[in-house]
Amino acid sequence: MQRKKLVVIGNGMVGHHFIEALVQSPCRNEFELVVFGEEPRPAYDRVHLTSYFATRNPNDLALTNLDFYRSHQVTLYLGERVIEIDRSRKTVYSQHGRAESYDLLVLATGSYPFVPPIPGHDRPACLVYRTLEDLEAIIAEAAISRRGVVIGGGLLGLEAAKALMDLGLETHVVEFAPRLMAVQLDEEGGAMLRRKVEALGLIVHASKNTQAIAEGSFYRHRLEFADGDCLEADLVVFSAGIRPRDELARKAGLEVGPRGGIVVDDCLRTSDPEIYAIGECALWNNQIFGLVAPGYHMAKVLVGHLNGQTTYFAGADLSTKLKLMGVEVGAIGDSHGRTPGARDFVYKNECSGIYKRLIVSSDGQKLLGAVLVGDTEPYDALLQYYRSGLDLPQQPESLILPALHGKSGGLGPDALPASATICSCHNVSKERILELIDQGVEALADIKATTRASTGCGGCAGLLKSVVEAELKKRGVQVKKDLCEHFPYSRQELYHIIRTEEIHTFDELLTKHGQGLGCDVCKPAVASILASYWNEYVLSDRHFKLQDTNDFRLANMQKDGTYSVVPRIPGGEITPDKLIILGEVAKKYGLYTKITGAQRIDLFGARLEQLPLIWKDLVEAGFESGHAYAKALRTVKSCVGSTWCRYGVQDSVGLAILLENRYKGLRAPHKIKMAVSGCTRECAEAQGKDVGVIATDKGWNLYVCGNGGMKPRHADLFATDLDTDTLIQYIDRFLMFYVRTADRLQRTAVWLENLEGGLEYLREVIIEDKLGICAELEQQMQRIIASYECEWKKTLENEEILRKRFRFFVNSDATDDNVVFVTERGQIRPATLEEKKRLKEIPLELEAAS
Amino acid sequence: MTEPTVWIRVCTLKDLEPDAGVCALVEGEQVAIFYLPRIDQVYAISNFDPFSGANVLARGLTGSLGGEPVVASPIYKQHFSLKTGRCLEDGQVAVPTYPVRIVHDWVEVGVSK
Ligand code: SRM
Ligand SMILES: Cc1cc2nc3c(=O)[nH]c(=O)nc-3n(C[C@H](O)[C@H](O)[C@H](O)COP(=O)(O)OP(=O)(O)OC[C@H]3O[C@@H](n4cnc5c(N)ncnc54)[C@H](O)[C@@H]3O)c2cc1C
Ligand code: SF4
Ligand code: FES
Repeated sequence: MQRKKLVVIGNGMVGHHFIEALVQSPCRNEFELVVFGEEPRPAYDRVHLTSYFATRNPNDLALTNLDFYRSHQVTLYLGERVIEIDRSRKTVYSQHGRAESYDLLVLATGSYPFVPPIPGHDRPACLVYRTLEDLEAIIAEAAISRRGVVIGGGLLGLEAAKALMDLGLETHVVEFAPRLMAVQLDEEGGAMLRRKVEALGLIVHASKNTQAIAEGSFYRHRLEFADGDCLEADLVVFSAGIRPRDELARKAGLEVGPRGGIVVDDCLRTSDPEIYAIGECALWNNQIFGLVAPGYHMAKVLVGHLNGQTTYFAGADLSTKLKLMGVEVGAIGDSHGRTPGARDFVYKNECSGIYKRLIVSSDGQKLLGAVLVGDTEPYDALLQYYRSGLDLPQQPESLILPALHGKSGGLGPDALPASATICSCHNVSKERILELIDQGVEALADIKATTRASTGCGGCAGLLKSVVEAELKKRGVQVKKDLCEHFPYSRQELYHIIRTEEIHTFDELLTKHGQGLGCDVCKPAVASILASYWNEYVLSDRHFKLQDTNDFRLANMQKDGTYSVVPRIPGGEITPDKLIILGEVAKKYGLYTKITGAQRIDLFGARLEQLPLIWKDLVEAGFESGHAYAKALRTVKSCVGSTWCRYGVQDSVGLAILLENRYKGLRAPHKIKMAVSGCTRECAEAQGKDVGVIATDKGWNLYVCGNGGMKPRHADLFATDLDTDTLIQYIDRFLMFYVRTADRLQRTAVWLENLEGGLEYLREVIIEDKLGICAELEQQMQRIIASYECEWKKTLENEEILRKRFRFFVNSDATDDNVVFVTERGQIRPATLEEKKRLKEIPLELEAAS
Repeated sequence: MTEPTVWIRVCTLKDLEPDAGVCALVEGEQVAIFYLPRIDQVYAISNFDPFSGANVLARGLTGSLGGEPVVASPIYKQHFSLKTGRCLEDGQVAVPTYPVRIVHDWVEVGVSK
């Protein structure tokens, strides 16, 4: 069979989507495919163009690559604009003189930013905002500019303004209409948005008609307005709307609309039956669709049509939700309330900058439209009411009123009909998602990969997640817990990856399995996993940057930026000499001292640069780090036990010291506390600890998973009358199993409560070795114990670290002058704000005199 | 209108901590300087944390949130954009930012005179 040749002009978002759908459809082999793209690279995600300012990496936006085209045998000419369509010869010609004949032609040429033809519009540094190259030009000009102005206060204009602000420019927006985002927002909504963006530093000029751009006196350009005002700036970005790129079609004599756009019918056919148009260049029913979802829908309809299906394009709604400069904005349907008989519900809160309006049908039954500024939480639910035509609840206002009693009037994912569209970009219904879950596809990432849901504009991500989670919950499946936006894995999964792939550094893990730069959630979590597996020095070059602030300086930061120092006092036992040394060190450095709630002594008020000096004295006297700063073993409390106490039946102090020395330095998902009591009177409060041991006349009773704190939980009795060796063996296994399987910041109590099978299962794993992992757990614990080093001792040996990380200023020996102490009950404490102010006002001489 | 910037040398590139911060004293002000090698950027913001009133931002953890490079305050954990100084949790709050550049391995912070 002779294959027909199908040529596509334009390799933007919609053109690419079309090819992607076509090569997977049954009629693929009927066509030879050729694509022309004017831009130098294959299709990329224009919707998220602005993120390029942050990443500066074009690959992060790529929607495809050359391999994809090659492997599907699609010829792709990049950097090559088509300049003519010769319909009589059925041939297109490119700027480089290439002639390509076609049987069918698809125009996906998108649109171009409209630049009003005012005098001076073509001056240097007057730019637009549509392609990666445009952004590069903006970055280059911004570097030599002080003030930027965006002409156009619509959705794209505000996005461009945000970009200019981020580039460090004083930024102005000039809008022709009396309010921002005039297309989507009503008057009040526009006013609320304006107040919010102005609070962020953007300067808004509304109702301004720019008539000319001339040479400026203070800045590069001067914008002259119709009302006689003017505004100067170095950099101008036009964002005054888009115009369909119909120039080729126009020249070829295809029908175009009076205000531009290639006229298409419901099958996306132009006035020439062998030529189609899709995306932003197409004019359907006198409408242009400047959003990606309708464009994708057109691409799908056309592929269906080529496959002989009777699918039609029937329009699309232009509801949008976005976050502009951190301000949430949403508009649904008839947001201006123009439908005859429409009625209103309005909620406005000027204090928090929230404005919400519902537009409902005259009988109050159906939602016609909505405007949301400052809070788009109800958006997903409202969109479903709008799109699915569901009857509104009795009191529609409950949908936009703040939840006063913790109950919101929102539409839960359960209430959505199966036919509800969840992702309109990729046309994915709730039904389709349920189907997949039925087939066992449960991970959100897999559902996204299979259906493409939420990979278009991204607006449906929240709804998709809640539908999947609600459904899984209904089926009793545990919902996946991603650690954070950088890793689509739970802590437990990451632990597994690190172990099986033998990953030693965060950077390697991030490159292989994550995205972005990491954050204060995943960095310490991964640091903890790495430490509990490889136990490398936490301040080494590869690990220091992951440590939480306290671990980074091996001390606990206090409210004024100074630190507390907690040396280890195993079991709470301390010699008089050592007690004296603590007192001497405290005196020498002027520190506040206190006995902690966990049987040791805390020294407060140490400045960053004092930490090495203090620890040098402490280490010389035989003290070690107490890890008060770490998610690690804290203390093993003891009571005095059989040595002195008349009721004691075992040496609780001896065991407490042994345990503390065994597990010190073990890093875990959360802190671990232990205690040993010498008899059932339980003076060490062992049943309030993660691991508690109580002496019996035959040995030891082991308790696990208790804690004090916010939600106290009594520990559970795990095993009775153990000899010391067995006791230690069980604790080794228990701790390592917890380290492996708990969530980030989950203490043993919460971990057990979430462990399927509960205490009984835990006994099976630890005592009966049901999973066959006990030998491995013990070995791992053995490795950690063998590789223990006092972190402070090691740090004191490293000149470089001391010099770099324990100096307040990188360029001066001065100290933080905002740290001020006063005395109270004979010791120092941080001065309050009032006290600081007062101390500043009193001249030094006066203070000395009084 | 902002006045021209004077550039002040504070340290060398080697003195910076990759993926973390250092604090420099610049004309009497505490400036937190962050070096993010993964995206080849150096940022400078004030070291003063408006929520706790302590000079601690240089000691926070760095990272990104939604593509925005940030530092988390070590005291109450709010995130500040390293580019704009804005607090992500509270749009009303922002800390000052400073121009910073690398010239022949020297780190220079710009101040307006
Ligand atoms: C210093 C100390 C208070 C004191 O002066 O006595 C203290 C101080 C802090 N505790 Fe504590 N806790 C101290 C004993 C306790 C105890 C008593 C004990 O260990 O027997 C408990 C209850 C027992 C328990 O943990 O089960 C305790 C339960 C907490 C909790 C609640 C934990 C929970 O699971 O609910 C927190 C919050 C947290 O960790 O998330 C906390 C957190 C904190 C933090 C880290 C709060 C913070 O983020 O700044 C404090 C910082 C310590 C510092 O800067 O040095 N602290 N804290 C005690 C240090 C003990 C030590 O020598 O290491
Ligand atoms: C900054 C920005 C933010 C946006 N945000 C959103 C959003 O949040 N939500 C949303 O839904 N939409 C958004 N959009 C709109 C969205 O990007 C467009 O709707 C979408 O890209 C349209 O796809 P398209 O393929 O029709 O056009 P385009 O993606 O523009 O692709 C057209 C391609 O055709 C090429 N071309 C044109 N003429 C020729 C020729 N003669 N020969 C060869 N090649 C040619 C062009 O160079 C271009 O690469 C945003 C757009 C921008 C610029
Ligand atoms: S109880 Fe609260 S105030 Fe007291 S030390 Fe613990 S965390 Fe700090
Ligand atoms: S609605 Fe745009 S990605 Fe789903």
